[in-house]
Amino acid sequence: MRIGVLALQGAVTEHIVSIEKTGAEGLPIKRVEQLEEVEGLIIPGGESTTIGKLMSKYGFIEAIRDFSNQGKPIFGTCAGLILLAKQIASGEPGHLELMDITVARNAFGRQRESFECDLDVKGIEEPIRAVFIRAPLINEVGPEVEVLSVYKDEIVTARQGNLLVSSFHPELTDDFRLHQYFTDMVEASGTTA
Amino acid sequence: METGTTRVKRGMAEMQKGGVIMDVMNAEQAKIAEAAGAVAVMALERVPSDIRAAGGVARMADPTIVEEVIKVVSIPVMAKARIGHYVEARVLESLGVDYLDESEVLTPADEVFHINKREFTVPFVCGAKDLGEALRRIGEGASMIRTKGEPGTGNIVEAVRHMRVINGQIRRVTNMSLDELYNEAKNLGVAYDLLLEVHQLGKLPVVNFAAGGVATPADAALMMHLGADGVFVGSGIFKSDNPEKFARAIVEATTHFTDYKLIAEVSKNLGTPMKGIDIATLTPAERMSERGR
Repeated sequence: MRIGVLALQGAVTEHIVSIEKTGAEGLPIKRVEQLEEVEGLIIPGGESTTIGKLMSKYGFIEAIRDFSNQGKPIFGTCAGLILLAKQIASGEPGHLELMDITVARNAFGRQRESFECDLDVKGIEEPIRAVFIRAPLINEVGPEVEVLSVYKDEIVTARQGNLLVSSFHPELTDDFRLHQYFTDMVEASGTTA
Repeated sequence: METGTTRVKRGMAEMQKGGVIMDVMNAEQAKIAEAAGAVAVMALERVPSDIRAAGGVARMADPTIVEEVIKVVSIPVMAKARIGHYVEARVLESLGVDYLDESEVLTPADEVFHINKREFTVPFVCGAKDLGEALRRIGEGASMIRTKGEPGTGNIVEAVRHMRVINGQIRRVTNMSLDELYNEAKNLGVAYDLLLEVHQLGKLPVVNFAAGGVATPADAALMMHLGADGVFVGSGIFKSDNPEKFARAIVEATTHFTDYKLIAEVSKNLGTPMKGIDIATLTPAERMSERGR
C-alpha cells in the first residue's frame, strides 16, 4: 500500500516515518501527477496559509477533490484539517472544502499556549499522547461527520467517510496507532492496487 | 496537560519546515510576507543591512512594532533578543511572540553566557556556524538552529560554509565509534549525551534552517540543496525593488528547490536584488557571525 504525504511545506518526513511503521510505503507528493501513484493521502501540519497558496498555485485543489471523489482516503493533521474544512470560522474562504466541518484557526491561542496531553480516541484502545501546536478546533460538524475525540468539550478528531482529521500532531510521537487507523481506512476503501 | 515541553517547542519548528521566514519592520510588510506564503515573520525595528549601516548598539525591537505585527497576521511571529539578554527575552515572551531568536544580529548583552532557554515556555532559535555551537545552544534549550551566515550582506558564502561545516561534522560523528565519541565531545565542547543523539540520528535533534545572506530565489534553493530544513530571509526581501514578487519567488524556489525550470521562471524580472557586500571587505569586528560561541 502506498500513502502520499503532500510535500509543499510542513512536517512531511515525520508522517512518512509514521506511515512506514504501519508497514505501508510513504511517498512525498510535490506534483499533482504523483497522486496517481498513491491510494491514500496525508495533508500534514505546517502553515495552512502557505500550503493553501501553494496548493492553488500548482493545481492541487482540483486534483485532491478528484482524489477524494474517487473514494480514496485523506488524513489531515492540524493545517491539513483546516485545508479540508468546508468552512473557516473567521469567515476567510475555505481551501479544499471537502469535509462538512467548521474550524477555528489557532483556537487555543499562541505558541506559549501549545500543549500535549493524553487523549481518548474512539476506535483506539488506550489513550494516545496528543501534541497540539497553535492548533485549530472543530466548532461545528455536519450530520455525516463522526466525532472521534474531544478535549475539554471541543472536537479535535473526526471522520466523514473517507476523510479523517485531527487538530493535533500524531506524527510527532512514536505512537503510530492513528496512522494505523488511517491505513486501515485505505485498506478498507478497496482502492489499493 | 503540559505546555512548553521539549516536544511542543521542537514540534513548532518542525511545522515550519520547507518554508520561508521573513524579516519585517511593520504591519504592512508583515501582511505582504503572509500573502506571499511566508511560514512566519520576524518582527524587527531594522533589517540586518540597516543595522550594519547604522552601527551603534542594536537592541530588541520596540514592543509597539511587535504588537502591531502580531495583530495583523495569523502566521507565527518571531522576534529577536540580544545574546544573553534574559529580560528582553521575557519581555518578548510576555507580548505573545511565538518564537524567540537569541540573535547575533543584535549587539550581545553577555559575551560569555547565553540565556538558559529551558526556563522558557516559548521556544528559541539560535545561530550556529559549526556542530559545537549548535549542540551548545541545544544544550541550553534551543528548539531550532539556523546557520549564522553573515547577516545583512546579501552574500550567501558564509551560510554555505556554516551549513557545509555542520553537515560535514554530523557525517563524521555518525561514523565514529563510541570511544571516539567521548573524545569528540571534549573537542567540540559539548555534552556527550547530545553528541550520542546526533551519532544515532544522523542529524541534529532539532530543525536546522539557513540564514544570513540569502538574497535570491536561487540562494534559497541552494541552501535547501545543501540540506537546510527551510530558510530565513532578512534584508533580501524588503531591500529588493519589488518585495511582493520577490517574496513569492523565494517561497516557490524553496518548495521546489530541485525544479530548475520553475526557479528560472520565478527569477525573471525580479529587479535588482540587494547590492551585497564582499565578506573579505569586512573587518573581524564587523562580522556578526563572530558573536556568541
